[in-house]
Amino acid sequence: MAEAVSMRPGVDGEVPSTIDLRAEYVESGVKDVLEELDNSLIGLAPVKQRIRETAALLLVERARKRLGLAHETPTLHMSFSGNPGTGKTTVALRMADLLHRLGYIRKGHLVSVTRDDLVGQYIGHTAPKTKEILKKAMGGVLFIDEAYYLYRQENERDYGQEAIEILLQVMEHQREDFVVILAGYADRMDRFFESNPGFRSRIAHHIDFPDYTDSELLRIAEVMLAKQNYSLDVAGRAAMEQYIALRRRQPHFANARSIRNALDRARLRQANRLFETSNGSIGADALSTIVAADIRASRIFNSGTMQEEAAS
Amino acid sequence: MHITQGAFSFLPPLTDEQIARQAQYCIDKGWAMSLEFTDDPHPRNTYWDMWGHPMFDNPDAAALIMELKECRKVYGDRYIRFVAFDSTHGWESVRLSFIVNRPAAEPGFRLERQEAGGRSIRYTTRSYAADKPAGERYG
Repeated sequence: MAEAVSMRPGVDGEVPSTIDLRAEYVESGVKDVLEELDNSLIGLAPVKQRIRETAALLLVERARKRLGLAHETPTLHMSFSGNPGTGKTTVALRMADLLHRLGYIRKGHLVSVTRDDLVGQYIGHTAPKTKEILKKAMGGVLFIDEAYYLYRQENERDYGQEAIEILLQVMEHQREDFVVILAGYADRMDRFFESNPGFRSRIAHHIDFPDYTDSELLRIAEVMLAKQNYSLDVAGRAAMEQYIALRRRQPHFANARSIRNALDRARLRQANRLFETSNGSIGADALSTIVAADIRASRIFNSGTMQEEAAS
Repeated sequence: MHITQGAFSFLPPLTDEQIARQAQYCIDKGWAMSLEFTDDPHPRNTYWDMWGHPMFDNPDAAALIMELKECRKVYGDRYIRFVAFDSTHGWESVRLSFIVNRPAAEPGFRLERQEAGGRSIRYTTRSYAADKPAGERYG
């Protein structure tokens, strides 16, 4: 390695001959980001694996650049595909942090947009709107949620096409200025890439987000509650377990987001229950415990009977 | 005649990279950056035309360089400057401005002497470029 470097003409004396990847890993803060990712996110093993691989690649790429072996900025644009509530936005935030610490983006902020933010309503409205968002995202990460809505196959005069063209152009020419992450449902993303080959070829990393298992969702529920200083009692925990299994079979199941909504409603019921039943003073325990009744009151548990009622 | 106006005017023209770093300094200070252009180089001409809106919410200077390049495509033959506006109470005015683009040829100014009452003389400067109508002054 050292010989290869010293043989390069025109390289000044500041170029190091060796680089300690381990030390780089710790110093750049990549280690902290990856550890935080491991600790704060439940499940998502394949995603974490992919991010670790990507981080390794970027770290090596950075080392190569320092030794004068690489000059081009690698393509960092990514696509996250998975069902709703599987943590795409959260991981995108971490990714922005990771890229910032590795020095691939200058600021490390995340700008999260959907079709509405990019596409205008009349002729000539789209380009300035898209550019405004792009300017905001410079130095950071542009996260386009449900990116496939940008492309409407049925309407060839749709303004989405204009936004796509501007986006592609900037993605290609200003690679060192920002990183684009496209996100959405797996099957629709695939179709989107099929009809927009320009995007497919400009995106280097495709990461699939699997659905959470029931036990992972239960752990997520407990973590969410713990963050707000609530806890489930034993019966409540069992009820939550049952709730998750039932909720999964319902339409519009959005993984962790459904759980968060369910917990919000459970807290509402808990507050009501305490308000109606309490006579006298109550302790912190009662105020922060969610019991089975708070969860079992959900219509998920009696949806069968409700349907029967509706039918009769 | 090389016009000197605003900050850095006695330095050689800034490169885009240097412009970006100065702009980043202003952004980090929380000032709103905007681009202005003109083809009337008279030093008392303070009201230049705006290129787009002031950019309040761009955290990175790359966005400004992008706008500057757009502006140069249209008005590359005129003077373009960056203006940094500080909105904090008590300032509420421009904190820094510097020229980022100038015409290829700057013909300079003519000094006119007007003979007034008695033997007094009034002086005025008139830019050669401004003899032509606006929009046709350079190139």
